[in-house]
Amino acid sequence: MSLLSVENLRVTYPTRQGPAEVVRGVSFTLGRERLGIVGESGSGKSQTGRAILGLTPKPGVATADRLEFDGIDLRQADARQWRSLRGRRMSMVMQDPKFSLNPVMPVGKQLMETLRTHGTPRSEAKKRALEMLEAVQIRDPERVFRAYPHELSGGMGQRAMIAMMLVSAPDLLIADEPTSALDVTIQIEVLRILDKLVAERGMGLIFISHDLRLVSSFCDRVLVMYAGQVVEELRAADLHNARHPYTQGLLNCLPKIDGDQRPLPTLNRDEAWTK
Amino acid sequence: MTGAEMSDKTMTDTVLSVENLEVTFRAGLEEVRAVRGVSFTVARGESYGIVGESGSGKSTVLRAICGLAPTSGGRIVLDGAPIRTPRDAAFYRRVQMVFQDPYASLHPRHTIDSVLSEPLAIQGFDRREERIEQALEDVGLGKGFRFRYPHQLSGGQRQRVAVARALILEPEIILLDEPTSALDASIQAEVLNLLDRLRAERGLTYILVSHDLAVVSHMCERLLVMQHGQAVEELTREALRARQAQTDYTKTLLKASEGYSAEVTA
Repeated sequence: MSLLSVENLRVTYPTRQGPAEVVRGVSFTLGRERLGIVGESGSGKSQTGRAILGLTPKPGVATADRLEFDGIDLRQADARQWRSLRGRRMSMVMQDPKFSLNPVMPVGKQLMETLRTHGTPRSEAKKRALEMLEAVQIRDPERVFRAYPHELSGGMGQRAMIAMMLVSAPDLLIADEPTSALDVTIQIEVLRILDKLVAERGMGLIFISHDLRLVSSFCDRVLVMYAGQVVEELRAADLHNARHPYTQGLLNCLPKIDGDQRPLPTLNRDEAWTK
Repeated sequence: MTGAEMSDKTMTDTVLSVENLEVTFRAGLEEVRAVRGVSFTVARGESYGIVGESGSGKSTVLRAICGLAPTSGGRIVLDGAPIRTPRDAAFYRRVQMVFQDPYASLHPRHTIDSVLSEPLAIQGFDRREERIEQALEDVGLGKGFRFRYPHQLSGGQRQRVAVARALILEPEIILLDEPTSALDASIQAEVLNLLDRLRAERGLTYILVSHDLAVVSHMCERLLVMQHGQAVEELTREALRARQAQTDYTKTLLKASEGYSAEVTA
């Protein structure tokens, strides 16, 4: 039984030139596994993640033939139902800590907010918040707990945000470029935390990233998105056997430590890919 | 560093050297020593990389070189003469910087034209029209972009504008602070190719800061690994490719850049 099933998801924004469809018929199911969604900026991968959580910003509209989380039809969910789901059962790590943390609230208070909202006592919430900060490899959790977001570096802010999303132990985590702002070593640590949650608690993870190499080494399955559509779905281990020219192009244009290809191959886009 | 020829080269044709650089930030009673005694030299025409985690002080070194961070110790020598604080216009004529985030580094209400004409006006350059058009041409944008605003440009195009802004003064040294980390992989390839081509054409010297070992390996002949504000290790590109890292930290970085593996690396 799958945790999440999505069928024919479409996200549309009205523009002066008529409606612009940024997600065009995405379908997939997610079990208790790590699913990667890869694509470049503007491919609709973040919009897909947001639509699942009902966070498509107005005036955008998300429609789907089916959008089901653990047997709950999310298309029919009302505000109360969403409140009981978001944060506790499904949560999302956003891309940029600068814009997604509350600038006028200390990090610790923000961390406790989820737990407090869902009824954890204050002292318990503080303890778990500090533990979580430690778990995401923050060296001085007490200081970060008291700090305001602007007092933290990008990497620290991102880790605080990951801690915030994991502190409530959700069933489904949508991680939108969670590690792009982090250094490689910490990236690996954070991924290990996520990996552990998937393995031990059976969390479902949607890992949205532009980093093909990272996704292929971390996820079980990968969806490659281009211009709002899934152009290829494959097992992460088979990524180097990708068929679609877009996937191949993305892989080839990355510089390699050992490669000495000059100039780097660039990606030539084909109109036909958007059909 | 390997052998005498490298030290020979740096001895004879050093364009920039950083000696025991210290940068300390103070906020109330808290004191952060962002850079603690870092030294390195950069040869003319070389591309020198600085790698490290966030908070390792790698960007701060660059900012200290161009006068955006306060140096509390050590000195920076450009062509044999210590750089004075505050930096004068002549310094910026020779040393320019490209910042990490093309979304934050361009003024949202200035057209590309005014972004590019400002340094020309400050430095009293002539033939401004021509130079602006040429600079846009050089970075592959073309004249059509001249009167646009940053919000009308994509991330890659903005970073090209940032490169054009740095290049328009015909500097010798360009400080690149994570020039492609905000860009998509395919756009990163284009910007790296652009930087590579410009360096070959004009004999520029680069100091490139990046967290991505693959980018540094592609772009730089030598690199410095930094951690906690200190220099950990200096490597040549060949040593990096041969995985001849001496310190544990560099080895960890190398391992981590190969992707995720379930077993513990530490």
